Amino acid sequence: MPSKQLIYLDYAATAPLRPPVKAAMAEALDYVGNPSSVHRAGRAVRDKINAVRGALADTVGAMPGEVIFTSGGTESNAIALTQVSKDRRYASAIEHEAVLGWVDEVNRLPVTSAGFVDVDAADVILSNAAPGLVSLMLVNNATGAIQPVADIAAIAHKHGHLVHCDAVQALGKVDIDKASLGADFLSLSAHKIGGPKGMGALIVKDGFALQSLTQGGGQERRRRPGTENVLGIIGFGAALEGLQDFAATKSMKALAQQVAERAAIAASAAPRVPHIMSLHMPGVKNQLQLMRLDLEGLCVSAGSACSSGKVAGNHVLEAMGLADVADEFIRISFGPETTRAEVDTFLTAWDAIRTSQQKAA
Amino acid sequence: MRVGNAIYMDYQSTTPLDPEVRAAMLPYMEDRFGNPHSSSHRFGWEAEAAVDVGRGRVAQLLDVDPANLYFTAGATESNNIAIKGLALGRRGRMITLATEHSCVLESTRASKQFGSEPLILPVEQDGLINLGQLEDALTEDTVAVSVMAVNNEIGVIQPIKQIAALTKSRGIWLHCDAAQAYGKIHVTDLAKHADLISLSGHKIYGPKGIGALYVAPEAKRQMGVLMSGGGQEGMLRSGTLAPALCAGFGQAALLAEGQVEAEMARAQRHFDQLMAGFEAMGVPYQLNGHADTRLKSNLNLSIEGHDSARLMANLRRLAVSSGAACASAKEGPSYVLEALGVPAALAEASLRIGTGRFTDDAQVDDALGYLEDALTKSRRKSWSK
Repeated sequence: MPSKQLIYLDYAATAPLRPPVKAAMAEALDYVGNPSSVHRAGRAVRDKINAVRGALADTVGAMPGEVIFTSGGTESNAIALTQVSKDRRYASAIEHEAVLGWVDEVNRLPVTSAGFVDVDAADVILSNAAPGLVSLMLVNNATGAIQPVADIAAIAHKHGHLVHCDAVQALGKVDIDKASLGADFLSLSAHKIGGPKGMGALIVKDGFALQSLTQGGGQERRRRPGTENVLGIIGFGAALEGLQDFAATKSMKALAQQVAERAAIAASAAPRVPHIMSLHMPGVKNQLQLMRLDLEGLCVSAGSACSSGKVAGNHVLEAMGLADVADEFIRISFGPETTRAEVDTFLTAWDAIRTSQQKAA
Repeated sequence: MRVGNAIYMDYQSTTPLDPEVRAAMLPYMEDRFGNPHSSSHRFGWEAEAAVDVGRGRVAQLLDVDPANLYFTAGATESNNIAIKGLALGRRGRMITLATEHSCVLESTRASKQFGSEPLILPVEQDGLINLGQLEDALTEDTVAVSVMAVNNEIGVIQPIKQIAALTKSRGIWLHCDAAQAYGKIHVTDLAKHADLISLSGHKIYGPKGIGALYVAPEAKRQMGVLMSGGGQEGMLRSGTLAPALCAGFGQAALLAEGQVEAEMARAQRHFDQLMAGFEAMGVPYQLNGHADTRLKSNLNLSIEGHDSARLMANLRRLAVSSGAACASAKEGPSYVLEALGVPAALAEASLRIGTGRFTDDAQVDDALGYLEDALTKSRRKSWSK
């Protein structure tokens, strides 16, 4: 282990627990009782869960009854996508694997080279498609590009489709309002906002007769059975309370500017959140960049953290027409603990890699 | 366990976190926050190590190879993945028992959508499986049998070894929901008999929101996938794992491993103490489920002439239940007791008293006192009706 402090710039993979979240969870570790039990121990826990349900609903402009707690974004996506048969699921080509895994190759909506879904192409495709479900993320996990969800939702609804929005990377980075997005389903995750891993939610529009993915007890109004992850829900609630602090949008913009002055960024022409960016180092493979950065104690990634070992997330750059150079990009992402000095250290180390590689070439 | 002025005796519903489990989880709520699937830096590796250590410990208590143990969001998800996964793999008969947990029953019924033929077998009056009846039901096209090791409502222990003797020779998969057995009785032989085993963290003094599924490699090769995504957990269950929950589950398994004998002795002692107490009260009652082939930490009884809802309302200082927690909101008597042929009047007069690691003799004495008071009160109310 190097003696120097590690610098964590991989917030899009997961964020450290915020101190108030830790405190709330430490307290919740001592709760006794199953929230479904009718005795007092159980009812007390249920009340606390429902308070978080209300807070989450408020955060995204939904009603408490529209909130279903899940084990994370992947499960939320799975429940939403499986509401229609596979041949009727449509999604942009830059969705997370947890969405793309459910959607046939032929039903992918193209994206522009700028990094957001092609609205005109989507209109043509969706108008000729059998009514089903359209899935579009609000903020892309590889580039940070904000997707035109409201526009696509309007088109999708016009042609009789349901709309699902994977807002996992968006929560805490942009305002989310279910109604103005036009989403019938919204996927959310706790660990991207300084909450616990293993915790997420699916917002389901009121009155929709949801087919549950799993069968069992009557929890979550029969829509998602299984004893509730009480610790996770309490942590999610505490993370929501600090959402404004987590976003820290103003200081994030300054950090992003600091990087943009010295690096080529994917989807730089698209509306983007400042928290996530993919950087290009021409002629240098990202695996080499990662290795060198790791030796310097810098924790970044080549894309989504999904499955062990494999470098995923390149499909986003490929969809933008960057297939030839996709393996020369690394992703950095910031959180509220990220400092200007840390970003400086990163940029210096990254520049040094570039210089040494250019010399070698 | 006492919480404020109340005694907790609902250990089948959930268990409080053991302090050692709590301590094992805390580091993963602090500096060790990485995503276990981040492969490019040490925060990720550290989190992955926590997941691996937890997996090793959970596997060890079951005496299986950790490579065949997959973390899930809980036993409900494990049971869904197992049953529907097998049904997706091959069409045919899917057999289970009328007394299984609702997630097993409903998953079995739902397998019909994949072209399966669900068959739900009745049980004997004591809650145990009728092996002859099972054997008759094992047709050539039977894909799987799912039987729980220990029943969650009545505590009876099903003969998994004898069931396996019928299924294995016929090439039929045996799935066992061991959520209530794991850590409570010896389960090191279970994987010799069952091909798939479901486990839960919060029934063994670990956290809620995590479970596991053991799948023998030959069964896994024939299973379909219920939840796709990033491909974590051997493609069976995608989604970012929670290292804090994995570490807590592992610690809970490690603790349970050394305590099975002592726990069985404690459960027997408190079972006897409770039974003696009811005898002394002189109320007419019947024990539901086999008297001996059961987990002794589970005392499910029906008290003639009483209504369990009213009884529980009068038990302000004792947390017990009338059956499964997930069915609590539902009206009507327990389907498990119905399957045993318990008459409706008695099924609606049932109480499940669950003792556990933090139960002591004094709590049982006090609980008996509260029960006697509540029985007297609710009887008076019944008279005044």
